[in-house]
Amino acid sequence: MSDTAGALQHPWPDLRMQRAGVGLGMWMFLASEVLFFGGLMVSYAVYRSFNEDAFRIAGAHAQIVYGSINTVILLTSSFTMTVALRAATANVRQATLLFLGITAALGIAFLVCKGLEYREDLKEHLFPGPQFPLSPPATAMFWGFYWAMTGIHAVHLTAGIAVVLVVWTLFKRRVIPVQGSTMEGVAIYWHFVDSVWIVLFPLLYLAGRS
Amino acid sequence: MTDAALPFVPPLDIWRGSYLDEGHTIASWLTTTDHKRIAILYALSITVFFFIGGVAIGLVRLELISPTGLFLTSDEYNRLFTIHGIIMVWFFLVPSIPATLGNFLLPMMIGAPDVAFPRLNLLSWYLYVGGAAFTVYVLLSGGVDTGWTFYPPFSSEYSHSNVIPAAVGVFIVGFSSIATGVNFLATIHMLRAPGMTWLRLPLFVWSMYTVSVVMVLATPVLAMSLLLIVAERFFGLPIFDPSAGGDPILFQHLFWFYSHPAVYIMILPAMGVVSEVFACFARRRVFGYAFMVFAMLMIAVVGFMVWGHHMFVAGQSPVADLIFSFLSFIVAVPSAIKVFNWTATLYRGHIGFEAPMIYALGFLGLFTIGGLTGLFLASVPIDIATTDTYFVVAHFHTIMVGGTVSAFMAGIHYWWPKVTGKLYNEFWAQFAAITMFLGFNVTFLPQFVMGWLGMPRRYHYYPDVFQIWHVLSSGGALILAAAYLMPLVYLTWSLFYGQDAGANPWRSTGLEWQTPSPPPKTNFVRPPRVDADPYEYHDFGRTEETGGEARARPQGEAT
Repeated sequence: MSDTAGALQHPWPDLRMQRAGVGLGMWMFLASEVLFFGGLMVSYAVYRSFNEDAFRIAGAHAQIVYGSINTVILLTSSFTMTVALRAATANVRQATLLFLGITAALGIAFLVCKGLEYREDLKEHLFPGPQFPLSPPATAMFWGFYWAMTGIHAVHLTAGIAVVLVVWTLFKRRVIPVQGSTMEGVAIYWHFVDSVWIVLFPLLYLAGRS
Repeated sequence: MTDAALPFVPPLDIWRGSYLDEGHTIASWLTTTDHKRIAILYALSITVFFFIGGVAIGLVRLELISPTGLFLTSDEYNRLFTIHGIIMVWFFLVPSIPATLGNFLLPMMIGAPDVAFPRLNLLSWYLYVGGAAFTVYVLLSGGVDTGWTFYPPFSSEYSHSNVIPAAVGVFIVGFSSIATGVNFLATIHMLRAPGMTWLRLPLFVWSMYTVSVVMVLATPVLAMSLLLIVAERFFGLPIFDPSAGGDPILFQHLFWFYSHPAVYIMILPAMGVVSEVFACFARRRVFGYAFMVFAMLMIAVVGFMVWGHHMFVAGQSPVADLIFSFLSFIVAVPSAIKVFNWTATLYRGHIGFEAPMIYALGFLGLFTIGGLTGLFLASVPIDIATTDTYFVVAHFHTIMVGGTVSAFMAGIHYWWPKVTGKLYNEFWAQFAAITMFLGFNVTFLPQFVMGWLGMPRRYHYYPDVFQIWHVLSSGGALILAAAYLMPLVYLTWSLFYGQDAGANPWRSTGLEWQTPSPPPKTNFVRPPRVDADPYEYHDFGRTEETGGEARARPQGEAT
């Protein structure tokens, strides 16, 4: 247990409480995030109920191959994140570093894949604007949501990757011990970003294929 | 932690240093993670923004003395009231009590050494001051003319002002709110002192709890609605564009889903403050403590379900109008419970009219006026007649500004001796408190009248018949300005020349008073234990004190 020295932060009385507190704080932040994405998804739901046909036509143009590959990548990253958290709780330092590294790599892979998909989309002028090829007009609405939703999700994922890399470096340099409360918060956040994608996938890629 | 086991009180000179002596450089303040110092940082920055917003509306009120304007173009006029609205709502009222009094007192009231995440607390101040300063720069350099509500399609397509930077600034400040909320919730859940059970929490702590829940759950929706405005304006995504099947009303739904609960973000902390003040200055236990707690929780919950009453004329279905109207009436029930319980707290109390009490009584009056006119507006037919008139303006100013600012001032005066260790000048404080109450009423009662007579809000020019009311209202604003400036002077004066306050000048029973003033960095000399309910002033129906002066006498060092 000597490895946990320095893990206890002001003002916590002990590490168990601190870990629970970090977890609680992160869950509350995620409650906030749920409402954040909730605003977006409710808007999507309202417009889709008004423009069913347009959303079906527009949704058929979403690149489902890229979307599916990305779903697999992100779900796998949640698995490796869980392994990293378990390893950290058990104070197995090497495994924590390894699986955290894989998690970050999978996150980056998702972003690369997303970038390739964006390139395909732009080739077809699917960004709402003068050259937008689809009709009726409400198809542009679907694609507005496509860019907003995937963009905001990508920003969240980028933040997640950055945090994982920072934490990885701190662990590597033994600035903070792996068994502290850090991994708790990081892991919960990562799973959240993953679960947002699980909701976005059917909304964006399956809407035109039902 | 080892101090806890010591069987004796440590020698005085070990703990005489207060949080103010932990460092005197500016750098020590800008890098502090002490919740008390962060509260001071907030207080100073909020005061600056408050006066910028105040000057803006001062100019507007001056302009409105004449039916055809005095010195502003209509464009400047629009920008000025937008500056006033954005600054006062997001950079003053929302953070006012939670970020200053809440930050300072919440950990002390529950017997904790700090908030749960001290560094996050500092980050939230930087987010606040960065986002707010950026927005204020945008507002002053170019300006925004959409009003504080950012309604599309004006904000998304037609306005030529700096909508995007202003929205981004408000968005950033929103994260500061969320961070503060998360921090407070984790603190209250995890760091209560031994014996501090949920139903022993002071009502101010409960108000911080409920307000944190609302901040955490409502603010993100505002963030999203502003982001969608930016997405439409900057990226051209047709989210609210009717030509692509978009609906500008949807923005109003999202916006008010935050901005109505935001009203409760402003008023719940005020309720917490006056509960403390009434109990202390009436020397009474708060009447119906449990009801007070549940009333606040109910306000927080039902407050999320009434946003549609802002949209009675926006083309909502009549069914939706009815539901939102009904729920708006429902939210008046817990508010009324609180008013009656405060009154019952005063009943047969030993009331002292020190400045905090006068401010708190002012709150009670203004909250009642604002609340009752809110019932007018919750009723659909009356609201349709008064939508976008000065009646609405007067209603929400009376409750949000009159109520919240009165309570904020009550809190500042009540805890001033604790925060600074000095006593302010009681006479000037009482004078300012009375002036402020009069100022509020002279400013806003004429607005009720002219609103009822049909004067629309946000209009630059108006028919001559309304001039008398506008002139009265502007005169009231002048009185208010004086009432705001006086505390700046006598409170600053007290910092240098005020008497030492001692640990507990009001003889309050709160945990925050059981420690030296100003408190040491760790808040308490020894970790406290709690073995009594809050507000144990004396038994119901009995007063034991002989004179009001006794309360102003400094007590010895508390342990």
